Amino acid sequence: MSGLRAAERVAIARHGGRPGVAEYIEGLFTDFFEQRGDRQSREDPSILGGIALYRGKPVTVLGTRKGTTLEDHLKFNFGMPGPEGYRKALRIMKQAEKFGRPVVTFIDTSGAYPGMEAEARGQGEAIARNLFEMSRLQVPVVAVICGEAGSGGALALGVANTVLMLENAIYSVLSPEGFASILWKDANRSAEASELMKLTAPDLLELGVIDGIIPEPPGGAHLDPAFQLQAVDKALSTALSALSKIGELSIAGHRYKKFRAMGGSAYEEGD
Amino acid sequence: MIPVFNKQKKHMLALKALRAGQSPAPSAEEACPGCGATTPKQTLSRSLYVCPACGYHHHISGYFRLSLVLDSGSFRELDENLTSNDPLCFPGYGEKLAAMQQKTGIAEAVVTAAGRIDGRKVAVGVLDSRFLMGSMSAAVGEKVTRLIEYAGKNRLPLIIFSASGGARMQEGILSLMQMAKTSAVLARFSQRGGLFISVLTDPTTGGVSASFANLGDIVLAEPGALIGFAGPRVIEQTIGQKLPEGFQRAEFQEEHGFVDQVVPRRELRGVLSQLLTLHTRGGGA
Repeated sequence: MSGLRAAERVAIARHGGRPGVAEYIEGLFTDFFEQRGDRQSREDPSILGGIALYRGKPVTVLGTRKGTTLEDHLKFNFGMPGPEGYRKALRIMKQAEKFGRPVVTFIDTSGAYPGMEAEARGQGEAIARNLFEMSRLQVPVVAVICGEAGSGGALALGVANTVLMLENAIYSVLSPEGFASILWKDANRSAEASELMKLTAPDLLELGVIDGIIPEPPGGAHLDPAFQLQAVDKALSTALSALSKIGELSIAGHRYKKFRAMGGSAYEEGD
Repeated sequence: MIPVFNKQKKHMLALKALRAGQSPAPSAEEACPGCGATTPKQTLSRSLYVCPACGYHHHISGYFRLSLVLDSGSFRELDENLTSNDPLCFPGYGEKLAAMQQKTGIAEAVVTAAGRIDGRKVAVGVLDSRFLMGSMSAAVGEKVTRLIEYAGKNRLPLIIFSASGGARMQEGILSLMQMAKTSAVLARFSQRGGLFISVLTDPTTGGVSASFANLGDIVLAEPGALIGFAGPRVIEQTIGQKLPEGFQRAEFQEEHGFVDQVVPRRELRGVLSQLLTLHTRGGGA
């Protein structure tokens, strides 16, 4: 798969048939109990989350979801959360900390929803608060980027000890279309943007933004979901067992150290 | 040591000149983006770049902002030479950075400093919207991070004036990661009892609004400042209609519970001083 161009990976990352958070929960976790609502104003179904057993141990599992039918796309707002979604996510992650459960997040979103209500209810504040609180959670956090991960809306579930990324998933500051439209006032140059943005898993591993790549079947995850579930299972269990050795007192420090160093070779002291 | 000293001296002289309102040429005029009225620059400078006709708060440079807030002569710049090294080798970015540095006289889109307000030591940062829209490069994120760490280490109150269009596109994902970095460092600062006063100025949008700018113990905003995660144009494209007047402005954010107070520029120094007094342990002595 290494011969794929970035723009081809963008198309695969967005394929409607890729497994998402619902399929991973169904396939890899048992006894899932869904937790709804942010306890402040409403339930945002674009984020699915709750408590489940992973290999027999309790974890909090959550993620952005797009759904597979048009009806679900509409219901889940095409996987674009509002502030209530991020506040629900934070609520259940804080609860995971209280009860000593590891947190597993699945990320597949083009970004936070850019709508009027979302803005009026503090989209920026909600994302900021998640970054702030996630950075100091005293339980292990693993994030799996399984489709497209765009902007602060993705990062809000991504401040993890271990960030894993599927081989054809993408992770970027903005969608390639948005990027091209901001920089060149031309959304049609998105393929060109994709190549420059360093949004593929191999690029991000090299930049130190992610910690590992999960292999996909030839052609992409949608062509063999069973293979994909197994590959994610293997990577997830390896990551969780490695983190379990770090210990409760050092787990937040481990995460802190990683994010403190982000972009460490992207600046210099001039004269 | 000598070049550094000279630089500091140069900055201090520049600040002094700005305070005395001597910098604009006597004949220069500026049109107000708010009401269109033209005002002599000298008058504008004396009114702290607030339009005498309509109260519009003009964008101001980082150094000018600091000169309005800090005690005269107390300014000591931190990390002033830290700059982006074009980490993704993005076409045209290196030239753009050089042109910006030439135009603004600063190495990056944020100025960070130690100083005093009414005699009290503070760590203060100002994003400068003249430099690539105050966008967050990894260097900006690092300077903000070091400022927070400086405040934590020296147990100083932290004040950051935000003005940013969001992420630095040319640094892609590394720009995005600065949101997590600055928020994580703030969480640690906060946990140890540090006071953070965030002042939102026009515009505070995108990644800066979704990280440190919205994480103040106290959040202030300048009148009329645009504050939001998604920019108005993006929202209008999403919903297919024009946004109502005043949407995402400072007053709107105050009404919706995201800003403690909207504070006019001429009152800002006084309010900051009051807040420092109110956070003195054991009283205002």
